[in-house]
Amino acid sequence: MEAVDGNAIGGLLWEVFGTEMTDAGSVCGSCGAARQVAELAVYLRALGTVVRCPSCDSVLMVFVKIRDRTCVDLLGLATLG
Amino acid sequence: MAGTALRGRLTWQVAQVSAVTVETASVRTLTLDVPDWPGHQAGQHLDIRLTDEDGYVAERSYSIASAPGEPVTITVERLDDGEVSPYLTDELRTGDDLELRGPIGGYFVWEPEDGGPLLLLAGGSGIVPLRSILRHRERTGSTVPVRLLYSSRTLDDVIYRAELDRPASGVEVIHTLTRSQPPDWSGYARRADAALLAEVAWPAAAMPLAYVCGPTSFVEAVSQALVQSGYPPERVKTERFGATGGT
Repeated sequence: MEAVDGNAIGGLLWEVFGTEMTDAGSVCGSCGAARQVAELAVYLRALGTVVRCPSCDSVLMVFVKIRDRTCVDLLGLATLG
Repeated sequence: MAGTALRGRLTWQVAQVSAVTVETASVRTLTLDVPDWPGHQAGQHLDIRLTDEDGYVAERSYSIASAPGEPVTITVERLDDGEVSPYLTDELRTGDDLELRGPIGGYFVWEPEDGGPLLLLAGGSGIVPLRSILRHRERTGSTVPVRLLYSSRTLDDVIYRAELDRPASGVEVIHTLTRSQPPDWSGYARRADAALLAEVAWPAAAMPLAYVCGPTSFVEAVSQALVQSGYPPERVKTERFGATGGT
């Protein structure tokens, strides 16, 4: 499956963080690459959304929607915002 | 530009389709009457939500095709295996309701004060947010010089063709048709690669601002070629919508 990018999940990120996030900065916890959220690689899958670092392919964020709840894993990020 | 689109909430609301325009065999533009629309920036998105009788929900993000201040429009390409787009292009009629939320996006946006010269690079339906930027430029009286390179499969696949045939002053529209060309075709007939960009892109020394939108492979190829030719990465804004559509 081909990646899209962070532009595609602006609505989901707004749900989770309560604000516009595509122009927020991020730093990969594995390789230290700094990018705006819009530039991250995003995989939209049936079960959830996986955001990866375009430089080293590490998983940065995972969002899984179960009924009305969104489970969020941000452990791959060093910084966000 | 961080934080420019700050608003408290992003809520779903019901809009009404006020017009359906045929763009190509597989592309429609929907004009939407949105009761509570706070205004948008050129290049932003909205999310569409469809719910079936069983409660199954599908959401998709679409670029806004109109300029700030114009009625909200989206342009949708039908993907034959899509969950959402066939409904939007084939089933939806004027007067129908549609659930949406927006505007969304603070990265792939352009305002006149961002300047230029602008290099707009579109693959297939990647033209949609760039058309919003072009209309915004014209409506605000901006004189920023623009070059648009638009890659389509065939001439019949060109979206907004009539509009792009009459560009505003200071806007240069360059087409490339990658699959087939009419007999009298005078435009390009090859993929947007480093060699083509070397012919049509502003030189890096002019400090251009580039917006690249299209299928992921198109965006990757074009943005890498621009950076290799000396464009600073932060002056190349990208938006990828996957393997769908065509260039």
